[in-house]
Amino acid sequence: MSRQTANVVVLGVAGLSLALLWLTPGALAGFLGLIGVALTAYLRPAMAVRAGSLALLALGFTLALSQVPRVSILFYGLVAVLVALITIPGIPRWIKGLLGVAVLLISVPIAGFNNTFFLELGIQIGIYAAMALGLNVVVGMAGLLDLGYAAFFAIGAYTWAIFGSPQAANFLSGSFPLPGNYFYLFMALAIITTAITGLLIGLPALRLRGDYLAIVTLGLGEVVRVLANNLDHPVNFTNGPQGITPVSRPDIGWFHSLMSSVGVELDARTDYQFFFYLLVLVIIGVVVLVNINLGNSRFGRAWIAIREDETAAKAMGIPMLGTKLLAFATGAAFSGAMGVIFAAQRTFVSPESFTLLASITILGMVVLGGMGSIPGVILGAAALTAINTDVLKSFSEYLNNLRQAGVLNLPNQVEPAKYERLVFGVILVLMMIFRPQGLIPERRHQLEIEEAKEAQQ
Amino acid sequence: MLEGLLALLPQVIFDGLLLGFVYAMIALGYTMVYGVLELINFAHSEIFMIGAVVGVEVFRYLAPVIPNGVVVLVLALILGAIISGVMAMIVERLAYRPLRARGTTNRLVPLITAIGVSFVLQDLVRLVEGIWHNEFKLQMRLIPPLDGNFTFLTVFIQYKALILILVSLLMLVGLNYLVNRTKLGTAIRAVAQDMNTARLMGINPDVIISRTFLIGGALGGVAGVLFAVQYSTIDPYVGFLPGLKAFTAAVLGGIGNITGAMVGGLVLGQMETLAGTYLPTLTGGNFGTEYKDVIAFLILILLLLFRPQGLLGQVVKEKV
Repeated sequence: MSRQTANVVVLGVAGLSLALLWLTPGALAGFLGLIGVALTAYLRPAMAVRAGSLALLALGFTLALSQVPRVSILFYGLVAVLVALITIPGIPRWIKGLLGVAVLLISVPIAGFNNTFFLELGIQIGIYAAMALGLNVVVGMAGLLDLGYAAFFAIGAYTWAIFGSPQAANFLSGSFPLPGNYFYLFMALAIITTAITGLLIGLPALRLRGDYLAIVTLGLGEVVRVLANNLDHPVNFTNGPQGITPVSRPDIGWFHSLMSSVGVELDARTDYQFFFYLLVLVIIGVVVLVNINLGNSRFGRAWIAIREDETAAKAMGIPMLGTKLLAFATGAAFSGAMGVIFAAQRTFVSPESFTLLASITILGMVVLGGMGSIPGVILGAAALTAINTDVLKSFSEYLNNLRQAGVLNLPNQVEPAKYERLVFGVILVLMMIFRPQGLIPERRHQLEIEEAKEAQQ
Repeated sequence: MLEGLLALLPQVIFDGLLLGFVYAMIALGYTMVYGVLELINFAHSEIFMIGAVVGVEVFRYLAPVIPNGVVVLVLALILGAIISGVMAMIVERLAYRPLRARGTTNRLVPLITAIGVSFVLQDLVRLVEGIWHNEFKLQMRLIPPLDGNFTFLTVFIQYKALILILVSLLMLVGLNYLVNRTKLGTAIRAVAQDMNTARLMGINPDVIISRTFLIGGALGGVAGVLFAVQYSTIDPYVGFLPGLKAFTAAVLGGIGNITGAMVGGLVLGQMETLAGTYLPTLTGGNFGTEYKDVIAFLILILLLLFRPQGLLGQVVKEKV
């Protein structure tokens, strides 16, 4: 297709989508909008057309969401626009930035104020994306397989949950819960405690070949779960399987008055959700910056060298143990910090959130998006979180409806929402066999795979 | 109090022995695959679980028809071995061989595939059982003479426990014979040592690897059936913890070493049962039996610190 035809087609579809999304908002218009995003990505129209089409579509999705806030496909349309902004080459950086900020700070909040589920979804995606970026340092950059990543998440969450609730009064004198503003201090504390835990676990495992780390971290995940479940006696630290609630949240009076001064009046619940949404955005920004800078630092290069060939890296004088430990502890610290946010945002912490499944979900995000690739990992986090919290549940409801209508005669054990393991397992296996570099490959990884193909021919 | 503890000891040691043999049987499968491919086959714990589920199903359908428990058990063992072995082969063919064919050098790729396969198998079994019986938590129903027992000195012994020990000893001897004395065993060792040289000697590594999975899987299946007979309650996620511990046992004995796997399993089983029984008494009920899993994990950590090659293993230089 010539570029001119592409221009016309893309702009036409984008314009039509905008009109439909505005006038007849709904799933069908949303679907057309998604096609518009896909066409923009694959038809490669002129630069201005790419940017223009994405802007039109973002506007369309926003308008539609402000009218029909219950249709999730519209929200995924916004996510798709963000992904397209990151991945489509050739759009000037300032346009990307401007459009991205507009979607994140205007469109998503508009959707979220009408339907807090989207804010919740945004927060979940953000928390998981930040964690996946942390795991990306361990798995993607340094090539160390960590199968107990949720353990560090749990340690972080419990660090704040115990002291931010009356729980700590069981073994310490003093007044608990601590005031909500200690939250920020505990984020720093969690970073330190999880990094130290990471060092302690990594020290024996990382001296050996990589496979041992996988099995040790698998064991660690199990141990942390056992501890969280059973440390309610002799001294009640974790309150066992019931979990800890309520966990204090930071004081957001200042945020509330700030929002009212710009004319946004929200109820207390939405206010908190919006606050956490913004907090998570800020943290992702920080995490991405840290990721990029680490990747380009002396350590980042050493990690990649180790990932590519341990023996060669050792021969070049890279200290194995220290470098690996640093990667492992950095990843652990990311996870710990997100645990604190998780605890405060949910106001509830229980061992159930930190199973092997959680660790594998985060690994799946990194693998799906592309090991070592920052936009890829964020995309992976968005996709799997959406599958987990929304898509599988909707599919279950759909089947249930069919079952009740008598169209489908299925045993009630067959419920997609309970088969996340199957879905994530299939994703892991298929990605490894057919696209190990991930959906949005890291550049270096991409080159390697192309080289390997040439070498085979 | 000490006397009371000592009086329990023979029983505890016997129970530990049973658990140890279960770990040992699973560890054999891990160690065989690791010996050949240097891959931790996480899916092996699910192959074991499939054996357990087959065991329950065979008893569900055949026990009402065939009155003799031993006959049913033999059928269950055979069927469990076949189904688990073939499943392991299928997994190798579908998931691991494409990776080898592409020739990736990245060690993460097969490991991630293995953990993915493990998850897929768990939920597939859950799905099958869900459709079949509308229930995925299964209960073993035993028939005589399997449910019989006797007391030897102070030790309470069930017949099924004796069968478990007998079968696992047979498996160890048989496997040692197979690997060290037969042509197939020689080929397996050759592939484990150097795949390319083995190919030059006229061995087809793909066939040998496939057979290794078949044998390891069949052993896992037998272990699963015996596990179901011994411990009765089975669900699709039952393989995870025994699998994790069996791998610990394999490392404990020296991974890649068949006798080592057996020894490691027995040692781990003993430690775990001892800890599980005595921990509550020794700590005045403050730390219960739940911590036995933590003990197994601590053993692994200490082992990796002080003797990573395992009890019977040798230090191996990294292949370059």
